[in-house]
Amino acid sequence: MISRRTFLEGVAGGAGALAVTTVAETAEAREAKPMPEKALGLLYDGTLCIGCRACIPACKEANGMPPEHTRLAIGDYWDAPLDLSGKTLNIIKCYRDGEGTHKDEEKDGFAFTKFSCMHCVDPSCVSACPVSAMTKDPTTGIVKHSVDACIGCRYCVAACPFNVPRFTFDLTFPHISKCQLCQHRLGEGKYAACAEVCPTGATLYGPVAELTKEADRRRALPPGSTTTIPRGRIGGTDTYVGKIGHYVDRVYGEKEIGGTQVRHLSGVRFELLNKPVLPDVAPARISESLQHAVYNGLIAPIAFLGALAVFAWRHMRPTGEPPADSGGAASSTGGRP
Amino acid sequence: MKVRLPLTSSEGPDDTESRFGMPRRQFLTFCAGLAAVMGMPRSAAGAVANAIVQAKRPSVIWLQFQECTGCTESLLRAEHPTVEKLILDIISLDYHETLMAAAGHQAEEARLAAMAANKGKYILVVEGAIPTGVNGSYCKVGGKTAIDLVRSAAADAAAVISIGSCASWGGMPSTAPNPTGASSVGEILGKPVLTIPGCPPNPYNFLTTVVHFLLLGKLPDLDAKGRPKFAYGRLIHENCERRAHFDAGRFALQFGDEGHRKGWCLYKLGCKGPETYGNCPSILFGDVGTGSWPVGTGHPCFGCTEKGVGFTKPIHSLAELLTVVPPTQFARPAEEQGAGATLPTVATVAVVGGLAIGAGAQLAKNLGRTDQGPSQPGGGEPT
Amino acid sequence: MSAQVTVHEETAPIGGRIWNRFTVVLALLVAIMFGVLVVRFARGLGAVTNMSDGYPWGLWIAYDVVIGSALSASGFTVAFITYILNRGAYHPIVRPALLTALFGYVQASMSVFFDIGRYWEAWHIFAPKYAQVNSVLLEVALCIMAYTFVLFIEFLPMVFERLRWEKARRRLERILFFFVAVGVLLPTMHQSSLGSLLIVFGPQVNPLYQTRFLPILFLSSTIGMGLAAAVLEGTISSVALRRPLEREILSRLMKVGQALMVFFLVVRFADIVYRGVTPALFEAKTVTIMLWIETFLFAAPVVLLMGKAGARPQRFFLAAMSMAIAGILYRIDAYLVAYDTGAGWHYFPSMGELSVTIGLIACEILGFIIAIRLLPVLPKPHTSSAARAAG
Repeated sequence: MISRRTFLEGVAGGAGALAVTTVAETAEAREAKPMPEKALGLLYDGTLCIGCRACIPACKEANGMPPEHTRLAIGDYWDAPLDLSGKTLNIIKCYRDGEGTHKDEEKDGFAFTKFSCMHCVDPSCVSACPVSAMTKDPTTGIVKHSVDACIGCRYCVAACPFNVPRFTFDLTFPHISKCQLCQHRLGEGKYAACAEVCPTGATLYGPVAELTKEADRRRALPPGSTTTIPRGRIGGTDTYVGKIGHYVDRVYGEKEIGGTQVRHLSGVRFELLNKPVLPDVAPARISESLQHAVYNGLIAPIAFLGALAVFAWRHMRPTGEPPADSGGAASSTGGRP
Repeated sequence: MKVRLPLTSSEGPDDTESRFGMPRRQFLTFCAGLAAVMGMPRSAAGAVANAIVQAKRPSVIWLQFQECTGCTESLLRAEHPTVEKLILDIISLDYHETLMAAAGHQAEEARLAAMAANKGKYILVVEGAIPTGVNGSYCKVGGKTAIDLVRSAAADAAAVISIGSCASWGGMPSTAPNPTGASSVGEILGKPVLTIPGCPPNPYNFLTTVVHFLLLGKLPDLDAKGRPKFAYGRLIHENCERRAHFDAGRFALQFGDEGHRKGWCLYKLGCKGPETYGNCPSILFGDVGTGSWPVGTGHPCFGCTEKGVGFTKPIHSLAELLTVVPPTQFARPAEEQGAGATLPTVATVAVVGGLAIGAGAQLAKNLGRTDQGPSQPGGGEPT
Repeated sequence: MSAQVTVHEETAPIGGRIWNRFTVVLALLVAIMFGVLVVRFARGLGAVTNMSDGYPWGLWIAYDVVIGSALSASGFTVAFITYILNRGAYHPIVRPALLTALFGYVQASMSVFFDIGRYWEAWHIFAPKYAQVNSVLLEVALCIMAYTFVLFIEFLPMVFERLRWEKARRRLERILFFFVAVGVLLPTMHQSSLGSLLIVFGPQVNPLYQTRFLPILFLSSTIGMGLAAAVLEGTISSVALRRPLEREILSRLMKVGQALMVFFLVVRFADIVYRGVTPALFEAKTVTIMLWIETFLFAAPVVLLMGKAGARPQRFFLAAMSMAIAGILYRIDAYLVAYDTGAGWHYFPSMGELSVTIGLIACEILGFIIAIRLLPVLPKPHTSSAARAAG
């Protein structure tokens, strides 16, 4: 039999650890982060999207991204990206089923969806980055990336639950690429290029508070209603009269991992569009809570170090014996080969 | 291009000159063009030429009602100066109010005579909408309402063709509130007819339909609205020369702005190309070269062929993009990416892992063999 | 009976020829690794690895850094037992364990350097102006770098002895205790944090692996792997060099490991049940199968080491192998197999990645062999505990 002592030691240790961590963890849990008041974001309405993909080259031009060379078995394509990448910060993809002839229908239908940074309220990438290359602007809430600070560890790529940050693995001097909501154009009075160029207002830019109201307004209308639809920037003069679609009863990004500033509306279920199913709690919050609980002010580590140092000193002290060597190292009195 | 025309008459190969007023090569080029519009290969030019040369010219009765005569004018506005003659020689135009020399009762008698002589074999072409208001009295010719005229003419016709949007679905006269009750030929006759909508339609759409009828003895494939598929099978948007600008998001925002002058897409100015069927971008108008169609000149298409779009939707309102199956070039929500296991890599892992575990197992076996028992002599407890 | 360590084991280089068939093969593997690294730096990561945006961390992180450093936990584990718990009898294995640890951590540090894409900015890790204190990775990186430094310091006495720099050695040994203390603290911090690294991945890590107990699970399995590594290394070198086997010490180490395995399994499965993920244990998926293989390998040592027979070399060696492989598998599964980045992504290490990892392991082994032949690492045969006890 395994020695009773050993077994009990194991179990006791296990139970103790469980208890301690649970208590410590709940006591020091980090609060959920609120969305900044003036947070900026996008509202993407898949039912308005006509798949023109004007937003893809507009984004490339605004951010100085090169064209994508996609090698498929059937031949080479230039600038027909398959996915977000180190060269593509924004992409429109198409869900298709069966015949694929009915827009925004699940069966025998097709639906467009957009992939770009969700600008989370509690971003995993910001929490993960060791060198503050990913930062969240306190006013606009835009999640920015600084190429100069980045060391290319790709922790952000792994951490993002939407799989947004991408890395240029094919370059000798690589970098991370991610949509930054064209925050570099704010100074010129411009805004997100994808929203600027969108002909139907499927991608709409503006304060998240207003975008949320617009999303709710559309969802409240009967499907297929004719209504005034804003284009470009919400609250501006560019509007047109058009029809809205039927919506899945959920705004994607409202609750996902603590909320995001980029929200989506869709006519088909989000799972079909490869939008991940996510819990309401931000993983960054859990990770930071745990780190703080253990390392809060480095009190525990320093205390532990103190105890260790005392014991080490006592057990490694010289004893006054003739080979007056201190420490636990061996003496070298014997002959050497 | 040398094509031998198997002529049965005494006419020689060069007789296109005398009959149609054009050299043989020009005539064959014209036939090749007609073949192309029908969607046939160039080699069918010979068969088309044959059909034109040989066939007895069918009688055509051409009625005009609520119309502007634009469709007729369009037919006459073709590049080659002799096409006018050609058109009038392919068919025997026995009644056409604008073009015939006769007038008044004489003209009506000529019409009835032609209809009687070619009973069951003539082609009826109707241009213009037919009013139903006030028992049809908004349009009368020779004392008869348009409704009566079209019904009696259609009764003995081999085929009925509605040319122009007015005859096809009501067109401009039917614009809300439609005070005259303008209706299409199909609605008056109570049955579907071949329609060639447009305001005006490209003449070659009509011409090719007729030649198709002569060549093959039947009308071309029609869509649900009776429109020949070779001409109306695709949206303007699908063949538009400015499509690349649409796809790249380059839109003209105002007439005369930089984008407009550069020839960018007119979708944001209200171009109805995305919901209008027609072949305008492919064959243009007027045989004058490139750009001779509305979008080409810088004005958004207003959907003249489509009921519910043309003369209905405001010219600058945003068009609805009709359901078209997106091209397969679109990325799917999830694509296969990344390199997986290959034989060499799996083999390497297997070999290295195998070696390590194998060596360990061997060592363990040796340890078992050399070991004498659970404890060695003198093995004490360490402090 | 606890007492200060007054008995000093005598260590000496074992001498002998360094180059034989085995070491030449190792050197060749190291050379191949350098060739691949040249290509990596010239043409980028994509040219030699299969890492992609779906799997941004591959073999080099999962094995070289995470597993490599865990197997090197022999250093701090043995140091803790010998100097903190004052079990002086474990002294003979301290130096070899430290050496293994040193090579392991140098390997891990080097791996980090050539894995990160923008290595020329690597100094940002140490610059306070860039530090993002909530990042688990920052803590891991700083601790690993610091610990590598500490291992070098702990390694210096062996070098000073060989060079006969007596004064330097004595001065060093006066302050060595502090480095030993730090050298126990740092691994505790970063080995548990290597588990915490996964927490921010959230739902991307399969619920069977994603838990708030990751730091504890990683730390306990690391200590187990360290003990196992010490036992494996001790057994292999005694057999390979035909020296007496430190039976008692090694089997005692494994007894500690046995308790840790029970602890690990209890915490892991209790947590799975508590979170309500139990049904997932029986789904027919790759990740579930891997979990059960791991569990078997974690549990096997518990059984193998039971009773008096558990002290036999064959038993504790097999238990050590099982423990080490279990720990390796647990980390590969947590970082790669249980990591689900989204539909459509595939990853398996490329030949380039494998060459570098194998090359680094070869480098480690070669370095170890050279070190024990040239430096006073292994105890002199006549001072082994068995011989000592006998006479």
